[in-house]
Amino acid sequence: MTIKAVILNARDNVATAVADLERGIKVELGAEGKGFTVELKVPVPLGHKFSLCHIDNGSNIIKYGEVIGNATKTIEPGEHVHIHNVVSARGRGDLSREET
Amino acid sequence: MSFLGYPRPDGSFGVRNYVGIIPTVACACDVAHWISNQVRGSVAFLHHQGCCQTKPDLDVVTHTLISLGRNPNLASVLLVSLGCESISLDEVADGIAQSRKPVEKIVIQKLGGASPALAEGSRLARQLAVKVSAMLHSEVDDSELRFGIKCGASDTTSGLASNPAIGAAVDLLIEKGGSCVFGETTEFIGAEHILAQRAASPEVGRRILEIVDRMEKRAIAMGVDMRGGQPTKGNIAGGLTTIEEKSLGAIAKGGTKPIQDVYEYGERPQGKGLFIVDSPGREPEALTALAAAGAQIILFSTGRGAPQGFPFVPVIKITANPITYQYLPDHMDLYIDINSGASHTLKKAGQTIYEEALKIASGKKTMAEITGYSTATDIYTIGPVI
Repeated sequence: MTIKAVILNARDNVATAVADLERGIKVELGAEGKGFTVELKVPVPLGHKFSLCHIDNGSNIIKYGEVIGNATKTIEPGEHVHIHNVVSARGRGDLSREET
Repeated sequence: MSFLGYPRPDGSFGVRNYVGIIPTVACACDVAHWISNQVRGSVAFLHHQGCCQTKPDLDVVTHTLISLGRNPNLASVLLVSLGCESISLDEVADGIAQSRKPVEKIVIQKLGGASPALAEGSRLARQLAVKVSAMLHSEVDDSELRFGIKCGASDTTSGLASNPAIGAAVDLLIEKGGSCVFGETTEFIGAEHILAQRAASPEVGRRILEIVDRMEKRAIAMGVDMRGGQPTKGNIAGGLTTIEEKSLGAIAKGGTKPIQDVYEYGERPQGKGLFIVDSPGREPEALTALAAAGAQIILFSTGRGAPQGFPFVPVIKITANPITYQYLPDHMDLYIDINSGASHTLKKAGQTIYEEALKIASGKKTMAEITGYSTATDIYTIGPVI
């Protein structure tokens, strides 16, 4: 079976597609003994991420076992995870301007 | 293992054997470019700096020009000055000459303008080229190599496969006693704690955090979210969502060895092992930092297809994106299977990259060298142009 997506660390709550994936397909994934079956709610292009589990608004998005940003809305399993629902915590000159 | 290199008087070894034509200021670029077109065996490094800048920036430009002139891939150097610029031609010439390689210089305003400067510059460059062409290369131990490493036009395949594969090649070189430099400080943001843990001393760890904080503050001072600038529009289209995600993928190309020291932009690290040189992520300035740091070869991973080379340093383009590899043959040198991200195949991918680097070092040309895609270079400055 060709690999459709990868999880880079057992702590991660997102996976990365390694091929263009269609909406509705079921992706089976595993990392360090942890198994997931995720049905994609939307098409996910090669290199893009989808959620492995329910992620609350404001929660950390974790890839490589590290925080890569925060959810700006509730994210359900199989949803595309990208700039429409994740913000960065770094290099945010826009926030420092609001504070001053 | 070994490669064919050109011995230099300072004890280093070049993997190319050029006469470098280096303008001291933006206004001398045209003449420098014309001379390099006239003389086979010469290459020009062009930039937009050297005048009407504050002293800290002028110092960085001076140090960078000296370090570039001392890169082992240049056998000799012709400096081209306009005459009225802020940079001191003699300071740059003396700095390069400390490496005991031949250095010549011309001043456009003193020679009577473009035509006589082109004639005199071409005459001097031809004399240098004759001497350079008589140099023979010989077998050199691979511990004499210094890699520069860079990623550009990244997508998520960079972090998954091509960057960690380059990291494996870097580990290999360092195990063999060689050295490696990397920078792109912007792309440490969100991953600096991991790099700091790999520092050879607490002081080096502190310096890593300091250069990242300095770079982030420059971006924040602009008063906007840096997303769109970093990660770029293309990074985002490729699936990278935040700078943290980009950085965590980017640092994988630095392998796993201890980080020996941190240097400022334009400086050349001394010794063996892995070093950081503070630099931004953008290619024209980042590649210059690696060349100034004495890298003879640059390993460059790309996801979406970055074409840039460097005038006198071979830049090997490595991608794990199968579409990019098929669609951009003019620009890609090596393909790494995306599934090589698995640790058992990663070492093999690193070995493949290492062997290719030795072939390129010994004379095989990169696609960027063959296409001549290497003129958009510059030097990183942080102050205003005044």
